[in-house]
Amino acid sequence: MLEIKNLHASVEGNEILRGIDLTINDGEVHAIMGPNGSGKSTLARVLAGQEAYEVTGGQVLFDGKDLLDMDPEERAREGVFMAFQYPVEIPGVSNTYFLKAALNAVRKHRGLPEMDALEFLAMVRQKMKMVQMEETLLNRPVNEGFSGGEKKRNEIFHMAVLEPRMCILDETDSGLDIDALRIVSDGVNALRSADRSFLLITHYQRLLNYIVPDHVHVLLDGRIVRSGGKELALELEEKGYSALEAIERERSAAVQPVGA
Amino acid sequence: MPMTEIQAKTISGVAGFVAEHERFQRELPAGEPSSIKALRRLAIERFAAIGFPTLRQEEWRQTNVAPIVQGTFQRPESDPDAVSPERMAPFDFPADARLVFVDGRFSARLSSVGQLPDGVVVASLAQALEHSPQSVEPWLGQFARFESHPFVALNTAFLRDGAFVSVPRGVVAGLVHVLYLSSGEEGTATVSFPRNLFVAGENSQLTIVETYAGTGPYFTCPVTELVTGPNSVVDHYKVQRESREAFHMSTFQVQADRHSVPSSHSISLGGGLVRNDVNAVLDGEGIDCILNGLYLLEGSQFVDNHMRVEHAKPHCASHELYKGVLDGKARSIFSGLIHVHKGAQKTDAKQSNRNLLLSRDAVANSNPQLEIYADDVRCTHGSTVGQLDEDAVFYLRSRGIGAEAARSLLTYAFASDIVERIKVEPVRHALEEFLFARLPKGEVVRQAV
Repeated sequence: MLEIKNLHASVEGNEILRGIDLTINDGEVHAIMGPNGSGKSTLARVLAGQEAYEVTGGQVLFDGKDLLDMDPEERAREGVFMAFQYPVEIPGVSNTYFLKAALNAVRKHRGLPEMDALEFLAMVRQKMKMVQMEETLLNRPVNEGFSGGEKKRNEIFHMAVLEPRMCILDETDSGLDIDALRIVSDGVNALRSADRSFLLITHYQRLLNYIVPDHVHVLLDGRIVRSGGKELALELEEKGYSALEAIERERSAAVQPVGA
Repeated sequence: MPMTEIQAKTISGVAGFVAEHERFQRELPAGEPSSIKALRRLAIERFAAIGFPTLRQEEWRQTNVAPIVQGTFQRPESDPDAVSPERMAPFDFPADARLVFVDGRFSARLSSVGQLPDGVVVASLAQALEHSPQSVEPWLGQFARFESHPFVALNTAFLRDGAFVSVPRGVVAGLVHVLYLSSGEEGTATVSFPRNLFVAGENSQLTIVETYAGTGPYFTCPVTELVTGPNSVVDHYKVQRESREAFHMSTFQVQADRHSVPSSHSISLGGGLVRNDVNAVLDGEGIDCILNGLYLLEGSQFVDNHMRVEHAKPHCASHELYKGVLDGKARSIFSGLIHVHKGAQKTDAKQSNRNLLLSRDAVANSNPQLEIYADDVRCTHGSTVGQLDEDAVFYLRSRGIGAEAARSLLTYAFASDIVERIKVEPVRHALEEFLFARLPKGEVVRQAV
């Protein structure tokens, strides 16, 4: 579904991603872990199309199409979704109506008829249950005055409504208490299916107790330095990133000429 | 009197207006109260003395009225009843009373006053001056000070017609719509001086909408005086949809008595060169005054909102929120003065001006000012000038909303908190429609709000 090939990206002239290779097949859940500043969130935002990040090399194919060539809205309509680390508050724009406009833009792109208000509301009610969202949050402006947990749940709710094929969760677990984490994870697990894939960006292993990944990758300095199964996350939890960083430093010192 | 003498003459500059005033006086009915005649005379003398404002004057430092000083105008001579009702249709909505003025003169044919509660008067000011001057005299010209304001002086000098609404004690009067239609053609721009007087008696209630609209080049110079009696509730709306070639120099003067709740909503959509003076004098305890405004500008439009709130007595609140959306090469000025008199303790005054610039060439200036002579007050002011939040644009796009629609949606959202405060449904609806039509991909916005 998603093929990332030797992806390089920089922001304000600083190279953050230094050659990422990653293939995500249909129905797979991949987790990307790494310390702060390793480039995890940059990867998510580059995939979603945030313009502040400049792609300086490499390729990303989504179902064989050049993802990097698409505008953010095109990516969304094609079925790529990013749950934001910091969802934006948008005063004056109703959560429901906005979502209806978004859904209809997506449906139109997929050649489906627009949903009428009744159909939409019935569908929305059902999806809300999935993330245990209170109905009052529907009628409020997007994220305005939402608590941290409510904002994250709202992201998963948007995801549930838009039914994307490739879901990217950018540190959705950060700032969540254990109850909220469980609710969000249940929501994600309910959305897992054979033709929907996930990329979980996280700093902590805890999330992966609830959403069990098929593959775990460790990102350091803009490169994937290790990949493995779900047990890799536990190993990281035990040893910490610093041990890994030390090993990586040694390894890169060994392959580069010293004192040049 | 031979017809040639009262035919419209071209007016230009201070001398032109003063000369025209001579002709104007001769047209007036003989039976008018002498106080009104004296008022006009004082006003034209004052105007002759001070002339048009210049950029050297503090109150006009950023507002260049040279196009008015250099313009040529004439007072209208067409028959206000000859205008087709189709012209007012786009601005009309159901109200308890509708007063229509064409180029500043009352059109009985287009106006309609239904059954009103006992004692409520809705009439043209000219009629009221002629038939019941005693109902007008105690108020007219008592609040809008012309001594230092050239356009109030000009309006007062030429005052004759406009809307007069009077609500007696304890009466709930309903909704009155006052519609000013103007028009002009190249070389013969009309000038009109609408003069409105709204008097709400003790414990009464009234909602008024003033709409200004037109085509071609012309100059509207209105003054509205609103008197809110003790414990009265008055909602005032002004929807300015003048033509792009029009000059609009207006003053709205509120005189509030104790425990009254005056609110003003000033919506500026049209006009080329626009100045709105809004002055509120809170002259009684416990007044709750709301002054809201929204201006949506593009092209080379210029709008100056000039606010002055006088807290003369203790325990009053004034809340001002003015928001502007500027595109193209539009310019806006917001000048807001809150003056708290000595002894006006427990004043709660808030003032906020927020501007959204949609283009590089648009400019918004904001000059808040506080003058406080009491020591136990809460006064805050703030102003912002900014662009659309790119993070919010990206957030919307990441959900599948197109870039243009996302920008329009956020622009609409910016304006919406003023729109939502409009309690008269047809006015709010018309403003929403205006926004949907103005904003690119307005149909997506309509769906998403």
